[in-house]
Amino acid sequence: MSQAVKTRTMTYMEAIREAIREEMRKDPTLFMIGEDVGPYGGEMGLSKGLWEEFGDDRMRDAPISESAIIGCALGAALTGCKAIAEIPFGDFLGVCMDQIYNQAAKNKYMFGGKARIPLVIRSPLGGYQSAAAQHSQCVEAWFVHTPGLKVVMPSNAADAKGLMKTAIHDGNPVMFFEHKKLYQVKGEVPTEDYRIPFGVASVKREGSDVTVIATSYTVQMALAAAERLSKELGIEAEVIDPRTLVPLDEETILRSVRKTGRAIVVHEAWLRAGIGAEIASVIAEKAFSDLKAPVRRIGAENVPIPFSPVLEQFVLPSEEKIFNAVSAFFGGRQA
Amino acid sequence: MQPDPKKRERVNHWIELYKKMLTIRKFEDRVRRLYADGEIPGFVHLYTGQEAIAVGACANLNDTDYITSTHRGHGHAIAKGANLRFMMAELFGKKTGYCKGKGGSMHIADLDLGILGANGIVAGSLPIAVGAAYGSSKIRKTDQVVVAFFGDGATNEGAFHEAMNMAAAWSLPVIFVCENNQFGVSTRISRVVKETDLAKRAVGYGMPGISIDGNDVLEVESAVHVAVNRARKGHGPMFLVANTFRHRGHFEGEVINYWGKNELEEWKKRDPLAIMEQRLRASGIGDEEFGQWDREIGEAIEDAVAFARSSEYPQPEDALNDLFTESGEPA
Repeated sequence: MSQAVKTRTMTYMEAIREAIREEMRKDPTLFMIGEDVGPYGGEMGLSKGLWEEFGDDRMRDAPISESAIIGCALGAALTGCKAIAEIPFGDFLGVCMDQIYNQAAKNKYMFGGKARIPLVIRSPLGGYQSAAAQHSQCVEAWFVHTPGLKVVMPSNAADAKGLMKTAIHDGNPVMFFEHKKLYQVKGEVPTEDYRIPFGVASVKREGSDVTVIATSYTVQMALAAAERLSKELGIEAEVIDPRTLVPLDEETILRSVRKTGRAIVVHEAWLRAGIGAEIASVIAEKAFSDLKAPVRRIGAENVPIPFSPVLEQFVLPSEEKIFNAVSAFFGGRQA
Repeated sequence: MQPDPKKRERVNHWIELYKKMLTIRKFEDRVRRLYADGEIPGFVHLYTGQEAIAVGACANLNDTDYITSTHRGHGHAIAKGANLRFMMAELFGKKTGYCKGKGGSMHIADLDLGILGANGIVAGSLPIAVGAAYGSSKIRKTDQVVVAFFGDGATNEGAFHEAMNMAAAWSLPVIFVCENNQFGVSTRISRVVKETDLAKRAVGYGMPGISIDGNDVLEVESAVHVAVNRARKGHGPMFLVANTFRHRGHFEGEVINYWGKNELEEWKKRDPLAIMEQRLRASGIGDEEFGQWDREIGEAIEDAVAFARSSEYPQPEDALNDLFTESGEPA
């Protein structure tokens, strides 16, 4: 943020909550539905205080029926409401996959473009807390692969608030992926009302030697690794957060790669057919002649996320892995 | 005709119901031939034999009410008032069709008429019906109701269970209309459920459930009338199981090896159009009127076919349009 913008410090979770609260105050047709989003305040605590302000109908505690939760939000969105559905763990999205990828994603297109579908599906992703195979996954690639959905993955509080506001007003089904490890991370958030457009990447750190494209929680790791690379090896990494995977801001990524000649894509999801494969392909197709080295990727090992911290750390990306992989471009430590 | 104005009014209403059913029947008879001749691509699932359910149910609805439909959805759309030209053009894959050729038979929708789309996923539309009802009753605070049409096969999907429970829990204005045509593709319902009286399931969800004759349009109309009145008053959903039989295969071109001996013939004796025709004849309607309606409706359908035939196909690159609403609302 530039110095001219007035800001307040708040957590990522508070920023998302504030975006929702502000928009619910403005628009009586906006409501949220999910498991325990009412008096309990959400399984992660994100909706705390909203039920007290907006009541049962607009902060709707749902049965443990993920298909009906998405369908209820979708049906209301198709008929003149704005809806936010919360699925308390991204892992549970498989339960309601039909409502998302066959219904929400396809309704507008298969009806010849007539529908307007202001639907936000919020769900936290991610591991690093020994929650094991069914409560730790990053599943964004499933939805990136499905035409008809926009996919948003904010990495800090200010982005989260501005992107949530855009999501609510987009008029299309938006998968809004939060990260459990980011919820309590504080950041500076502009005081005035603002939105962050989809399809505009954010350069989180400028650098001339290598481009690191990272998403969600791994942006924090990439930034920490970049500081160490600078101090210890004199390597200046440019860290880019696409912020939205659909639409993807290819231009910002390509501009950086043309400058640095080296690119590494980092995500917490599995390496195989992850978003890193897509971004690496875009770079290979459109900036091949600018590359000084093959594009590298860091992601989870292709196994379910294991429970024991020792195992989980081995499987998931880390600052250390990013540091090693980047330095390997320059003949430094091997990844 | 009878001099008694009340009786005349009733007969006129019956005529409307009959003509609507006849429109569906003749539309689909035409579609069947066009499909066999190769003019209509893809797959078609005909509603022939089940017309009384869509017509009887939709007779209780306003334009502002909603329906959700199935892969066997032509009858639902016509009963809710869909335009025959746009329907036929869609079946042809033309750009003048309801979905500009992007949906076809299984995805016809007219949101302005409350037709929230035919749906190719069994039970996939039921949660959406619940959502339309939630939006109208809890958020927008209108008295709109939703009729969700689905087959007996859908009752064994998880989405059916979730939708029934949710609608009952919050007393949402949904009328669940199960068209029990006895078969999920080839599998007789009695081979895959223990309790074949599907209406009994309603008890477990805390809503009324009844079984009705799905081939008698008047019985369907009066049962749905009760359900719609309850729903509009905020008394919650109702489950209606309309027993019927489709006269065609699961899809056109199917080799049918699963009907019992004479089963179709027995059901055809209770053809919904024949039942209504009998009533009308007993009320003094004669060959002249029946012949006239047949001609009029036939002409409307030929007009739709001519419209579809003369319409242009979409440009190939039109395939890339209509995925997203162009832009968000202004800040």
